[in-house]
Amino acid sequence: MIWAGLLVASAACYGLKLAGLSLPARWLQDARIQRTVPLLPVALLAALIATQTFSLGQHLVVDVRAAALGVAVIAVLLRAPFLVVIVAAAATAALLRLL
Amino acid sequence: MIRDALSIAIASGAYSLSFGAIATTSGLSLLQVMSLSLLMFTGASQFALVGIVGSGGSVWAGAATAALLGTRNALYAVRLSSLLKVSGLRRFGAAQFVIDESTAMAIARDDENDGRFAFWATGLLLFAFWNLGTLIGALATTALSDPRVLGLDAAPPAAYLALLAPRLRAREPLAIALAAGLVALICIPFVPAGIPLLIVAALVALYGLFGKSA
Repeated sequence: MIWAGLLVASAACYGLKLAGLSLPARWLQDARIQRTVPLLPVALLAALIATQTFSLGQHLVVDVRAAALGVAVIAVLLRAPFLVVIVAAAATAALLRLL
Repeated sequence: MIRDALSIAIASGAYSLSFGAIATTSGLSLLQVMSLSLLMFTGASQFALVGIVGSGGSVWAGAATAALLGTRNALYAVRLSSLLKVSGLRRFGAAQFVIDESTAMAIARDDENDGRFAFWATGLLLFAFWNLGTLIGALATTALSDPRVLGLDAAPPAAYLALLAPRLRAREPLAIALAAGLVALICIPFVPAGIPLLIVAALVALYGLFGKSA
């Protein structure tokens, strides 16, 4: 089941890249498409942050992950490199669980 | 130009180290983790899929979100197609390397030959380092008895945030990000895990396609 999902998703991502190279450019140069597609990652990444920080299944929760996100926000605002942001967030969660 | 491409590829190694670690923590096997970096090869989609699976969402919600995050690559490919002028088998090869970094490097060049070279150099080097980093991150994490001890299960939102931050430099994307996060939170109690993401995607698509243009 996991494999099917991984392979279908990979094929979809590859198909999107190939479609852009193969389809007539004017199909995808519609102003509304050009405007909408860049908004998708913004909205989805924000929604991913919200759901994976504040939910446990279908329950809203606030736990160590909220603190980890707070530390990540500070690291990003300080323009820390990617790996530092990840390590700081993970370490925050790990330390708070030890308490 | 090779040096620029190499430095971007090495920097991506840091992303992929954390991807390998997070993906392994989410319960995927080494082969599954590597198949994502080899076959999917687009960072945000990979992080989203393993984050959703790791937090108990269905793999299909993860797959749908990964595909939606991959739509931007289609627009990159449109911009690149007139530059690359690839046909036949080369087009199938070139497609896999159409990502944020290779596009940015290629379209930044004034000369078309330089642009083509930058695309291939960045794409191929990044692919090599991305997969090497994923492998190292995954192997290192597999060696741990419980990756939760390192807090790695709490790391995906930090990864999304680091991927999101560079896209928030104007007011509209910032407002959309805040609204999307709020809508997702409101949906959580009412629908299965993973579905809030698809609701958010549908709403932002409606806004983009039919809302008044800025």
